[in-house]
Amino acid sequence: MSVTSLQPAEEQAGPRPRAFPLFDPLLALAALGLVACSLVTLHGATRNSIPGQPLYYVERQGIYVALGIVVAFVLSRFDYSRLREYKFGLYALLVASNLLVLAMASATRGSRRWITLPFFQVQPSEFGKVLLITALAGFVVDRSRRLHEWNTTARIMLLALGPAALVIVQPDLGTGLVFVAVAFTLLFVAGTSWKQLTALVAMFAASIAIVLAAAPAVGVHVLKPYQVQRLTGFLSPSHDVRNQTYQITQSIVAIGSGQKTGRGTANASQTRLHFLPESQTDFVFAVVGETYGFVGAALVLSLYALLIWRGLRILTMSKNLYGALIAGGILSMLMFQVFVNVGMTVGIMPITGVPLPLMSYGGSSVLVTFIALGLLQSIYLQARIATAGKARTLLS
Amino acid sequence: MIQLPEGRRPPLSPQLALRVAMFGGFALMMFAIIFFRLWYLQVLSGDQYLAQASINRVRDISIPAQRGEMVDRSGTPLVESRQASAVQLAPPDLPKDPTARAAEFARLAGVLGMPTKTAVCRVGPQTLFVSPIDCAVRKQQYLLPYANVTLKTDVPPDVHYYLAERADQFPGVSEPQIYVRSYPFHDLAAQLFGTVGPISPAELKQARYKGVPPSGIVGQTGIEQSYDHYLRGSDGAERVQVDALGQFKGYLARSAPIPGHTLKLSLDLGLQKAGQAAVQDAINNNPPADSGAFVALDPRNGEVLAMGSNPSFDPNIFAKPLSNAAYAALNNPSRNFPLVNRAMGSPYPTGSTFKVITATAALQSGTITPSTVIDDPGKITVSGQTFQDSGGAGAGAVSLVDAIRVSSDVFFYTLGAQMNSAKPKGGPLQYWANQYGIGRPTGIDISGEFNGILPSPAWRAMRNREELACEHRHHDTIPCGFSDLRPWSIGDNIQLATGQGDLEATPLQMAVVYSSVENGGTIVRPHVGLQVQDDNGNVLQNIDPPPQRHIGADQTNLQAIRDGLRAAASQPGGTSADVFAGFPEPVYGKTGTAQHANAADQSWYVCYVPDPKRPIVVAVTIFQGGFGAMAAAPAAREILSQWFFGNRGKFLAGSSKTR
Repeated sequence: MSVTSLQPAEEQAGPRPRAFPLFDPLLALAALGLVACSLVTLHGATRNSIPGQPLYYVERQGIYVALGIVVAFVLSRFDYSRLREYKFGLYALLVASNLLVLAMASATRGSRRWITLPFFQVQPSEFGKVLLITALAGFVVDRSRRLHEWNTTARIMLLALGPAALVIVQPDLGTGLVFVAVAFTLLFVAGTSWKQLTALVAMFAASIAIVLAAAPAVGVHVLKPYQVQRLTGFLSPSHDVRNQTYQITQSIVAIGSGQKTGRGTANASQTRLHFLPESQTDFVFAVVGETYGFVGAALVLSLYALLIWRGLRILTMSKNLYGALIAGGILSMLMFQVFVNVGMTVGIMPITGVPLPLMSYGGSSVLVTFIALGLLQSIYLQARIATAGKARTLLS
Repeated sequence: MIQLPEGRRPPLSPQLALRVAMFGGFALMMFAIIFFRLWYLQVLSGDQYLAQASINRVRDISIPAQRGEMVDRSGTPLVESRQASAVQLAPPDLPKDPTARAAEFARLAGVLGMPTKTAVCRVGPQTLFVSPIDCAVRKQQYLLPYANVTLKTDVPPDVHYYLAERADQFPGVSEPQIYVRSYPFHDLAAQLFGTVGPISPAELKQARYKGVPPSGIVGQTGIEQSYDHYLRGSDGAERVQVDALGQFKGYLARSAPIPGHTLKLSLDLGLQKAGQAAVQDAINNNPPADSGAFVALDPRNGEVLAMGSNPSFDPNIFAKPLSNAAYAALNNPSRNFPLVNRAMGSPYPTGSTFKVITATAALQSGTITPSTVIDDPGKITVSGQTFQDSGGAGAGAVSLVDAIRVSSDVFFYTLGAQMNSAKPKGGPLQYWANQYGIGRPTGIDISGEFNGILPSPAWRAMRNREELACEHRHHDTIPCGFSDLRPWSIGDNIQLATGQGDLEATPLQMAVVYSSVENGGTIVRPHVGLQVQDDNGNVLQNIDPPPQRHIGADQTNLQAIRDGLRAAASQPGGTSADVFAGFPEPVYGKTGTAQHANAADQSWYVCYVPDPKRPIVVAVTIFQGGFGAMAAAPAAREILSQWFFGNRGKFLAGSSKTR
């Protein structure tokens, strides 16, 4: 049916046909929809936070988003496959940046998550997520013919666990767990045997048990006490109202009080009177739930579902294994953050401090998410070009 | 736009297809879980969380209402409400660190002049050893966990400003303006008004305290308790919004407090003052007298014109939290229990004032007629037991009027013997005493009245049973003191006929008995509340309880008794004739001299003046005051003089040595 329609395009554009869209419009729609939701929610939640500057957070988030869109657009025009050549460099950057954070932190004895640049505070653990995905996917592709070997699985997991450990001691437990989830997903998508995947899950479960229960019992504290409390606190949220679990309780109250259609910005007392902690970052979903109710929360979740559906579709379209692995890693990262963050705000997941992609306020998180989306679009575009090329080959 | 034929898509390996499907399935499952959770939280339980969110942000601050005044029957305030600064602690806002908290308590104790030494502190089942302020906080938290702790209710202005200016050094300390009671006449009628205090957890649940906040102040005893509903008013509230740090963010609503109503009492200020002074005169003039009480009633309707008990106290001390030492002093036997309202809270044997009841019973039962003559040789022997007149001098052959006039004991001993009955409820004497209200409540509108004892065979049998049961519990080692295990005998009835033996009655009960004699047999219900008025003095409610009952005695019989009472107070030989010699108003009165096993005789006088416009019944008793004519009757004269002529006159002791 489309043979005739191909001809004029070829005539107009010369050697490469360019008539198909340069990006997946539904994926872009989902991302822009979430950004819009983020800006609206942040405006409502923060307009009284800084006296005289009602748009402080919205303006900054807007700048990050604009920057992110530009970066994503540029990235989508590159062939992601060339990143595979720089896998060592990417991995080195990942390790070095996170080591730098630790080094700077020990010098200043301060918070250890950020590197302060003149205009920007960079959170290397956030950028580490895409660095790890692109580098690790490269390593997996290199060993794609030896996937059945235990050796491969162990190497890949260790390559992820090293940076994860660096991130966890910053301390950023949530992002560290994202690294582990990404590595597991890469192996899963690449086709590692079920036996080995099952063994990984079992080992993960065992290590959780050791870290949370067995090690403290013999006096070794792998996690800081507050981290343990956060991880286990959601199991008994009303145990100690004034502590870590206080946050969960307040978040549940905020979401529940939103009822079907929300309380509106003016009446959302949990947010406005600061009963809700971290309302513009980690608990932004609770703000949505309180202010816009079930309708608002469902809209945001639907946009994420759309995002993930498009991501899975791009995964299946990918022209090569490297693209499919990157897509899988990005999906794993996004899903982990969405489910853990939203699950935390509704009280069914532990507090791990991961931001909600595109919704939470924060430059690093927004930028990294747009980089990831840019990569997805690049995979989409390259797949389109490749299939178009094949079609042309077949036709000619 | 290029449209690729489906078949030309890059082939998807079955393995990857399966894994992508699992990936998608996992995402779907997670979305489903989160959606159901949101549905549960927002749609199914939304109301509950909305309520919780409201509680989060709203604090209700109670604004105490001004408690209503009590005024006497002419409108003079007897109990007022005065504004004062209280010092309160809010336990949740105190420092969490024990050292910081102890330091703040110590600073506060210094400012308020409270002791800091640790002392024994009993909190529920626990016994602690902490400073008094710490103890108060713990006790309050144990009783009502969310209420503030009031440390002082009336601090001087300099302390108030000192604390107000240094709020940052005293976290959790607040200084609300509250109302405290003040009593301009100090010890006047102190036992009647009663006390106010914080509502107890048990009271909070009662219907009569509906609408009172947990920190509310309510009447705890006396008139304050009986008429709390009118006096209390209703506290206002400020509903304020706070943020997560508890900081004030704005007013949501304010309801103004509604002050309590004014309670007009039937008390007459002048008569009350005179009564207490008269009783004090009687005590001073009759050592070893140490205490006494009086009641003045309007025999038509039971209005209590005055009621007092000596020694008294100044209730202003209760406006501030009372130190344990001060409270112990008030309850020390050496101070003679000033808190006790002896006029209605202390039953005593009544001595010969009871003879009015014996006379009614004898006349009504037909034992005698007003003209029956009985010889009084000075003593009588019944069942081998001899009962003597006071002093042993007989009155000779007397009929009822003369027997009352001279207070012939043998005359009434004889009646007691003749009316004795072994029936459980006794004979006519018990029946008529019961009709008059002996042994049962008068129904006065103040809590704390005692019923006293009306001895009867059934009563004695009950006490014997109690004694046996008690001795059995103690393995028959010691007598418990309920009774001497003696069965009812005719001697008991003979004793009762003259107001002795096991009989116990209060001055208020005797005043009601004499009111009934005066008014033709109506048992009035005594009351001190007269009117409830609003701020402008408009009457909201008249308090006029209907009479309890009518005793149903013949008017001719009552008239014979009245003649006796009149003769006793006016005729030569009358027991109180010399006390009332020259008194312009016709007094009808009976002396009484009650004997005690281990104390001096108790002086009684109960009388009335049947003035058509201002009738009055007065009952006076002076413990250890001696003969009725010597202590109680002169006090009664002073009271009557005040009532009719506006001055007490002199203390005029009588000479009658009869009981």
